[in-house]
Amino acid sequence: MQYPSVIRETLDSARNQAALWRSRLPSFKELLLSIPRTPANIVTAAILAMGALLTLLRFTLGIGGISNLDNVNPWGIWIGFDLLCGVALAAGGYTTSAACYLFGLKRYHGAVRPAITTAFLGYLFVVVALHYDVGQPWRLVYPIFVSQGTTSVLFEVGLCVFIYLCVLLVEWTPASLEWLGLKTIRSFVVKLTLPLTILGVILSTMHQSSLGALFLTSPGKLHPLWYSSFLPVFFFVSSMFAGMSMVLFEGGLAHRFLHHKMDEAHLHSSREIALGFAKASSFVMAGYLCMRLFDLAMNNNWAYLGTGYGLLYLVELLGFVALPMLLYAFGVREKRFGLIRAASLMAVLGIVLNRLNVCLIAFNWQLPADERYFPSIMEIGLSVFIVTMIITAYRIFAHFLPMLHEHPEYKDAH
Amino acid sequence: MNRRKFLQLLGITGGAATAVSMGARKAVAASGARVEPDRNAVGVLHDSTLCIGCRRCEAACARVNNLPPPKDLGDAAVFDAKRRPEVDAYTVVNRYDRNAGKPIFRKMQCNHCLEPACASACFVRAFKKTPEGPVVYDPSLCVGCRYCMIACPFTIPAYDYHKVLNPLVHKCTLCAPRLAEGKLPGCVEICPTGALVFGKRTELLDLARERIRKTPGLYEDHIYGETEVGGTSWLYLSPVPHAELGQPELDTTSIPELTSGALGAVPMVAALWPVLLTGAYAISKRRDRIAAEEEAAAVAKAVSEAESKAAEELKKALAKAAKEKESALAKAAQEKDAAVAKALAEAEAKAAKTAATEAAAHEPDGKGER
Ligand code: SF4
Ligand code: SF4
Repeated sequence: MQYPSVIRETLDSARNQAALWRSRLPSFKELLLSIPRTPANIVTAAILAMGALLTLLRFTLGIGGISNLDNVNPWGIWIGFDLLCGVALAAGGYTTSAACYLFGLKRYHGAVRPAITTAFLGYLFVVVALHYDVGQPWRLVYPIFVSQGTTSVLFEVGLCVFIYLCVLLVEWTPASLEWLGLKTIRSFVVKLTLPLTILGVILSTMHQSSLGALFLTSPGKLHPLWYSSFLPVFFFVSSMFAGMSMVLFEGGLAHRFLHHKMDEAHLHSSREIALGFAKASSFVMAGYLCMRLFDLAMNNNWAYLGTGYGLLYLVELLGFVALPMLLYAFGVREKRFGLIRAASLMAVLGIVLNRLNVCLIAFNWQLPADERYFPSIMEIGLSVFIVTMIITAYRIFAHFLPMLHEHPEYKDAH
Repeated sequence: MNRRKFLQLLGITGGAATAVSMGARKAVAASGARVEPDRNAVGVLHDSTLCIGCRRCEAACARVNNLPPPKDLGDAAVFDAKRRPEVDAYTVVNRYDRNAGKPIFRKMQCNHCLEPACASACFVRAFKKTPEGPVVYDPSLCVGCRYCMIACPFTIPAYDYHKVLNPLVHKCTLCAPRLAEGKLPGCVEICPTGALVFGKRTELLDLARERIRKTPGLYEDHIYGETEVGGTSWLYLSPVPHAELGQPELDTTSIPELTSGALGAVPMVAALWPVLLTGAYAISKRRDRIAAEEEAAAVAKAVSEAESKAAEELKKALAKAAKEKESALAKAAQEKDAAVAKALAEAEAKAAKTAATEAAAHEPDGKGER
């Protein structure tokens, strides 16, 4: 590579951009004011303001000041929802790019960019959320740079998430580089697609499964219907259809609200993608269902099915795995896209239910009711804040970056 | 090969072999598999048949650890609720009432597991099992993720939830600093009844077994902590099943062992995926290429077919055109001939008529001249 030219180009472009921004800057206030005052935007602004307040409280009163966490329930929804669900639902990044670049399903091309963007935002905000949850966020780099606890599953999770976030950042940059007009760097990054995709799959396999492995330490605390030595496998396999379902669900939303941002190619391929992912999801879900039931039989846990937890287990497996699986299959056969969309929402909810069950609801199940955890209103508020930030960032990206359409100057295969 | 060289080589291979076996041992330790317990490691035996619930151990613990002294000492009402170790109280004594017989008191603190879950779970190695026995904590490393609290099978560690700047995990240290000075743990030193005995763990086990044997019927025939989660430095004797004293029934498998399988799979994933995925990529590439070739061939065929068809048609069209031209020419010729003939005939007829008129005009009858 010709470094001088790269550097020159970068500098030039940076200078141009800086000049551009400087010329735009005075109007920044106007830009803010020009945001249409739709109900959605007003609600968003209100939530962001509430989040700022909660942030202030968290970092002046401590974790205990705004949460219901205690010594027997050290993890709450910031881990159970923000971390576990966040990472699972961001799995669309690796599933989509693997399908497109490794398994040669080129027609999924239009889905890669939104999926990578969602994954990037998902992981980014997982890390943001962790800053609220851990006691000393300024030490979050310690496991990587200061003292490596290699015997810890959490170490593996942390390391993989950290590296994967970097990978996603690089995978995602073509969109922003196109926007900034940095051609040489962009074409270099595009050449990295294949190795980055492979690396992404490896890292995802590791940390998706490790999130399940976190709970292997707690056979005494986690209900037997959920505790299994196969937890890592369950988490990994379910992350596949979680990611695909999220791509489908998000595709539906984007269609509804960001239709004007999509080009013909994107609109055309999205139907193809919907059919392909729905089919793949239903297959993976069938496999997952078999594994869970096999595990139930192997551990001879049938007796628990008659209890309240058994009911919860059945609702999770039949209502939120088996049902969306069938809806997907039916939707594909009949080409009913509404059905596929409904199934994707159910599958996403099913993943959330499963992660919450493992981390919170079926965890510490033997404790008396008054020692059990229920999130405080401020904890819930903070999680809502995080989700809102993700959605807002997505909307901003979709507005400015060539994400749902191809940049006119870069029609080559990215 | 001379002798020196041979020895050198031996040295190298020997070194390599040691390195490999050391690596293997490290890997085993890292994956949390069982490590040989130190024969000299210490522990404490708590005999609840001797414990009177005076809570002096709580007070002594607070004193040696610079914690606020326990409130309501000597007030039996404290026992009405079950307590647990907190950030400002590393040990607590709880009372367990029985239907028949005296209530039983049981002391509770970190059990200093032989293979501690907290240490294997901590992603910055803030916890460490020392060869002497105590599981100690390095506050300068702790990030506050609280995974140690999730992992500890006895739910012992407590967290400073209300501190903003330097929240830490707190738990019993087995008085490691005092042991280093040759002193007894604070609680053991103060215990007035001998319910707490400090010593080498192996000897404590012998002592406990002896007590069970010598006073038949007094004790449950089980030393809690001997095998639970791979064994703990603290051991317990009880007249009732330990579950009745709030001690969880645990498997003999250590907690680190439960996660070692998953961690052991990591190199496998890292080794297998690139191979499989590159394979998948190659196959899809090949499929693409073949598809492209087939497409190209099909296009070529279609083009040539179209071309030959077009040529044929052109030929046909030309032939047809030629024929049409010919017939048109023939027709035109015929028409021309006919027209010429007609014109001739007409011309002749006209000429004949003219001649006849002229002849009549030249008739010598004189009528016209008169
Ligand atoms: S009892 Fe809990 S805190 Fe103490 S060493 Fe064992 S795992 Fe660690
Ligand atoms: S809270 Fe601290 S000691 Fe416990 S696992 Fe996390 S970093 Fe380690």
